[in-house]
Amino acid sequence: MIPVAKEVGSLRAMASGGIVSPTGNPDLPPEKEKEFRRDLVLRALQILKEDVHE
Amino acid sequence: MSEKIRVVHYLNQFFAQFGGEEKADIGPGFKEGPIGPGRALEQALGQQGEVVATCFCGDNYFAEHLEEVTEELLLQMASFKPQLLIAGPAFESGRYGVACGAIGQAAQERLGIRAVAGMDAENAGTGLYRKKVYIVDSGSSVVRMATVIQRMTALGLKLVQGMPLGRPEEEGYFPRGIKRNTFAAKPPAERAVDMLLAKIRGELFESEIATPQFHHIKPAGAIRDLSSAVIALVTDGGLVTEGNPERMEPGRPTRFTTIAVEGIDRLDSKEFDVVHSGYDTAFANQDPHRLVPLDVMRELEQEGVIGKLHESIHTTGGAHAAVENATRIGQGIAERLKSAGVSGVILTST
Repeated sequence: MIPVAKEVGSLRAMASGGIVSPTGNPDLPPEKEKEFRRDLVLRALQILKEDVHE
Repeated sequence: MSEKIRVVHYLNQFFAQFGGEEKADIGPGFKEGPIGPGRALEQALGQQGEVVATCFCGDNYFAEHLEEVTEELLLQMASFKPQLLIAGPAFESGRYGVACGAIGQAAQERLGIRAVAGMDAENAGTGLYRKKVYIVDSGSSVVRMATVIQRMTALGLKLVQGMPLGRPEEEGYFPRGIKRNTFAAKPPAERAVDMLLAKIRGELFESEIATPQFHHIKPAGAIRDLSSAVIALVTDGGLVTEGNPERMEPGRPTRFTTIAVEGIDRLDSKEFDVVHSGYDTAFANQDPHRLVPLDVMRELEQEGVIGKLHESIHTTGGAHAAVENATRIGQGIAERLKSAGVSGVILTST
């Protein structure tokens, strides 16, 4: 879906945990899943801190 | 020979020969017979019709009194018993274009007559009225006046006479967003191969599918200091409160909703549902954090990594969203977030 996001002009895009659980991973035990989510969110916040160019 | 079709022509103060911008505040009025470009209209009508009256109004006056002017003009127009209104052409003039669209739509709806306007593609009136009124593409240059009037007249006569219209590009009007079934000489597979061969040979071909147009978007600047930033959570994955009381559409969305999360540390699966026709929502229903990471955002807020988590989650269901609707939903959400002082968004998409 990242090419779609970029095509329509959303340049700050990153791969998520998947279509059915963008900020989770149902295969992981709950604690690990939350760590996984925290890592994704921290990476998303990092992207917000960076300049992007068209 | 049947009786001539009775035509009323709408012009602004300039084309009605009152003057330029200095006369843009004159009120609405009528004159019998054609004025200015109305003579070209009369010529184009030939034996088939006559310009019984010309109505006019200053562009500024119309723009500032849209409803009153429309009422006034309709009232007077009715007394001429017209069958067709020709409005403009307005070319690039936005106020004039909007006036042509407004009077055209009102004449159709209230007097039950046909209307044709003329404008440039970039005229604000084109975007506003092309689905409601037939608008002939006038281009931007007044030099084309006679040609444009001929096209508007031909289209208007067809409409009044109930004759079938060709496709927008054949008749010269802007597409109105209407699909009509037609029979083609060749089956789709052959047409597709013909197009592909034409493309390979570098020849012109015309796609049968209008691709959506995406407007150019300037990316927002970077957030220098996250520890003072307000971050909002948005999703197109269909998160709603339990039972979906607002009846959010699971697909083909037309709107968004908000979920208040101030003071809430976790999204309890018993209090939320995920309604979306485009993916298997079982995992997100089990744990809404798989769709909207409220739990870790709240932790990061408490740790001071971000300044504040915005008080509402904005949510919509993104399955089969029409570009037009999705754009409107996005703009609506963005306006609210901007006015609330939000500096960044994490949007989770399914």
